[in-house]
Amino acid sequence: MCNQAVGLVAAELEREGIATVAIQLLREVAERVRPPRALFVPFPHGYPMGRPHDPVEQHAVLEAALRMLEGRSFTPPVLVDYAP
Amino acid sequence: MGTTSEFSLSLRLFLKAYPWRRIDPVPWTPLAKPLSECRLALASSAGFVAPGQQPFDAAIRGGDVSFRDIPADVDVRTLADTHRSESFDHSGLRQDPNVAFPIDRIRELAERGRIGSVNRRHLSFMGSITAPGRLVRNTGPEAARRLVADGVDVALLVPV
Repeated sequence: MCNQAVGLVAAELEREGIATVAIQLLREVAERVRPPRALFVPFPHGYPMGRPHDPVEQHAVLEAALRMLEGRSFTPPVLVDYAP
Repeated sequence: MGTTSEFSLSLRLFLKAYPWRRIDPVPWTPLAKPLSECRLALASSAGFVAPGQQPFDAAIRGGDVSFRDIPADVDVRTLADTHRSESFDHSGLRQDPNVAFPIDRIRELAERGRIGSVNRRHLSFMGSITAPGRLVRNTGPEAARRLVADGVDVALLVPV
């Protein structure tokens, strides 16, 4: 449900001219809901940015999300698998 | 890995039959300038509230579609997890709210110049929304209007 909610909010932001990336924890939900840019992370529910108190991992997830914003050759919707 | 096998049987059956809301057409905003010049806002669905804010209401049928403005200078350790869902492990984000609301990391990105600036507010939702009609019609567009008024260029959305 959380995955759908952030995807739907992302679409509203994108419609108003804000470029978005939505982290997603369930690949099949991302495929069905289709946020404009979705980064699927292979972490358990409750851990979208990885382990607590692990800034290195949290930054790695963020960097993957930022690269999606910078990507030029995408056709929406974009779903990328995060590789730790 | 996030899979539905983490969930109870009844939740898995519910999700299997659930009519997911398909975004169609998919809106698209390309990045208009380098990220080092962009203002970034976070939106989390972890049900966090800042000190003094109303908790989310798990009793609302179909889900609580309201959101809270989280000020950019919030001390992340003061955020309270008011998400009522039992279908995920809350212990990680209670130890370190950056797990679902990475505001400390976003500030570091701005200090480093990877992004231009951190918006003055961020958005907190509670994600257990099974009936998302009011989210799509009302609070989602309202959230977008606020961030547009703030001059936000890019947003990162984080579910739990």
